[in-house]
This record gives sequence, C-alpha cells and structure tokens, in this order.
Amino acid sequence: MKYIDEYRNPRLAQSIIQEIRRIQTRPWVIMEVCGGQTHSIVKHGIDRMLPEGIELVHGPGCPVCVTPLETIDKAHAIAAKPNVIFCSFGDMLRVPGSHGDLFTLKSQGADIRVVYSPLDCLKIAQANPEKSVVFFAIGFETTAPANAMLVFCAKKEGVKNVSILVSHSLVPPSISYILQSPQNRVQGFLGPGHVCAIMGYREYEPISERYKVPIAITGFEPLDLLQGTLMTVRQLEAGTAVVENQYSRILDREGNVPARKLVNSVFEVSDRKWRGVGWIPKSGYKLRWEYRDHDAERIFEVKEIDTKEPAICISGQILKGIKKPHDCPAFGTMCTPLTPLGATMVSAEGACAAYYAYGRHLDKQKAEKAAEARLGGVA
Amino acid sequence: MCLAIPGKVLEEFDRRGMRMAKVQFGGIIREASLDYVPAAKVGDYVLVHVGFAISTVDAEEAIRTYQLLEEMDQLTELHAPVVDEVSARKPQ
Repeated sequence: MKYIDEYRNPRLAQSIIQEIRRIQTRPWVIMEVCGGQTHSIVKHGIDRMLPEGIELVHGPGCPVCVTPLETIDKAHAIAAKPNVIFCSFGDMLRVPGSHGDLFTLKSQGADIRVVYSPLDCLKIAQANPEKSVVFFAIGFETTAPANAMLVFCAKKEGVKNVSILVSHSLVPPSISYILQSPQNRVQGFLGPGHVCAIMGYREYEPISERYKVPIAITGFEPLDLLQGTLMTVRQLEAGTAVVENQYSRILDREGNVPARKLVNSVFEVSDRKWRGVGWIPKSGYKLRWEYRDHDAERIFEVKEIDTKEPAICISGQILKGIKKPHDCPAFGTMCTPLTPLGATMVSAEGACAAYYAYGRHLDKQKAEKAAEARLGGVA
Repeated sequence: MCLAIPGKVLEEFDRRGMRMAKVQFGGIIREASLDYVPAAKVGDYVLVHVGFAISTVDAEEAIRTYQLLEEMDQLTELHAPVVDEVSARKPQ
C-alpha cells in the first residue's frame, strides 16, 4: 500500500480493490499489454495492492524493447554513413546494438539527431538537400499516424532526400500469439488505451471471442488500471469474454478515423520479428510500394545482419507473461538498465527496467540473503 | 513512449496545407498537427503524441494526466530540440 496516499482518490481506489476481493473466488492471471501501463503499475505498486491470487503479468507493448537487435544494427550501419543525417526519438539512442549505441556513434562524429516529431525530418531534409535524412520509425499503432504523415508529406511535396527505417509493431497479433502458446497462462487482458485511441477496438473483438478471453481497453492512471482489472475479473468470474472499454473518456470503438485512414494509405501489414519473441505473422507494418522511394531499407541496401542475444536472458518468456523479472538469474546483477542484456531491460517501459527503477531487484537480493541465512542456520 | 501528453491549443496556423497549432504543456509550448482532430479549436485540450494531436480531452482530465506523466518522468519527448531553419542546418 506504499503509494496509495499519492492517489488522487485513495478512497475510490480502496473501494475498487475491495470489490475485486469481494467477487474473486479463484486465482486469475491478467496481462497489461502496454509498456506505459507496466511502468505505471510498478511505480504505483498496483500489482502489490491487488488481492492475493490476482496476478498481473507484463506484455510486449514497448516499441523500444521489441525492436530487433538486427534492426538496431541496421540503424547503426545507416547512421554511420558519411552523407546521412540520422534522426530518432530520444528513447532509441541508448539502446545497445551489437557494437555500442547511437550515442557512441554520435560521439564518434556521425550526424545523429533527436527529434520531437517525425515532421522535423522534413525541415532538416529541406535545409540539407545534399544529405540523405533517415528517420528511425519505431512504434506501435499510436505512433504510426505521425510516421505515416512524414512519408505522405515527403512524397506529396517531392522532398526526395528523406526516408524512414520502419520498425512498427501491432498489438492484436501479439495478443493472439501469446494466447496460442501452449505455455500460455494469461486469462484476461488490459488492452492498450492510447493504441486504441488511434485504432479503436474492433480488432480485439474476434480475439476475445475466439480465445474466450475478456479484454478491457484501459488507460494508464492508477484508477484506470484498477478499474480495468475489476472489469476483467468480473468477466472472468462470470465466465463471459467480450471487449469492454474502460477508457471511454478518450476513445470509442472506431478510434481516430482520419489517422487510421492515412496509416492504411502509407503502410501495409507485414510479418515482423519481435526482439526476445521471434517472428509473429502479420504483426507489423511496411511501406506500401508507392512509397518505396522513402524506404531506407531499399535505399541503403543494408545486408541482413546476424545477431546473437545472450543465452541467459529470459525476456521472451517475460514478454509472453510466462515469467517475471525476478525469475531471471541475471536480473539486477549482470543485467541492469546501464548494462541491459535483452528486450525488457533496454527501455524504461520494459518490465525488467521498471522493476529495477522502483527497487524491486533489492527485494530479490533480500530474499536471496534471507534464504542463504536460513540455509546457514540449518547447516 | 506510446503515451500521449495533454496540452492546451493556444493558436492555430497553416503550414504546407496542414492545420498546425501551438500547444501549451505546463511551461513548455510546442507545435503540433491538428490534422487528426478536425474538431479541435483554440482553447481546447488535446492529447499529443510526437507532434500530432490524436484526441481531445476535457480540461480536468488534461491537468490530471499531465501531472501523472510528470510524476512518471514521461515528458522527455517535450524536451527534444526545436528544429528551426538554423538548427536544421547545423549538426547538433
């Protein structure tokens, strides 16, 4: 209950928790999909204030985390070229590739720039006609309308020296993938609020029906997350499986229609590799053929890069909700936000990084010391 | 990085045929496209993600969400450098 006083409405939070306790008859495993939700849950200790037996597991919804190492290496190869201005959101700069991160490359003289919006790349391209401006277009559905607009404007205005390196992931195929795993433990989902602000939640309805899982599209504030959990538990207890919208003050079933329309005109769905997880069919975007002149992978023809992830890292199982950060022998020791070994530690929204940021690696150390002391006592 | 940040639309202008706005986030003012929120107007609060308003919100919601994002240290995108004609030329 560490953080409950910080809530704007602690009484309401308590009453939601009490209601969950009242209706719960057995244990349930619920996954929050979005990395922003994971961060909020761990920061506010929401998973720890829920009644025993309601377990929150943390899903794959952090775009920085799931960008494959190969793609990061490709970004580095392009950024290192002499005639390139490489632009990125700030989050990607500290993510290590096989040979250092973009910050290191920048310190070695590469022209790498952090931008606020993809549209900044248009200005940079127009001011530097002799250079090739490449934007690292990562993101889930929330970011796709911004990245699509850059390419749409570049083509419309004939700005030829701007391209994007696409690394786009889609949430619904990743949920289906998790549910298809023979090891799956997840019984209900908190759906990603800001992703659905763009996409609406129609796509989640066939998933809910097919796999018989309740899905509550949920915001990221503490009360949202508690309420989304209550909605999910209520369905689980009643044996129903439909999509509900906890975040109706922001979104409806259709999402943002103009944004979706532009995204569909610029991108098409493609298979995609997720870091730590592997290939998931139809789980990403690639540029449509009409926009091929703005596709950095075509322009630069970077070779396929072979990469290896450390064998000890269990981020794939964490992203699928099978394991938790504490289950990893490297968590908080060999693997920290400064020395990340895998997907879930490379960004603040990854489950391992969030656990670390809020001191949960210390719990692990304490528990290990206590176990050692007990063993010592027995010996 | 998928969280959108609420801000208040201060003024509208046109750039390249795109409906743009100056949007105030706490003490910071940045530009954002209003193309995806055709109904938004000056004085409204909008949720902005990487330079694009994606939804309108009411004032109370906007203020509450902003404070929460601040506590969660999720406002870093607002501090990315402003790209104007001079900085667009220079390597930073």
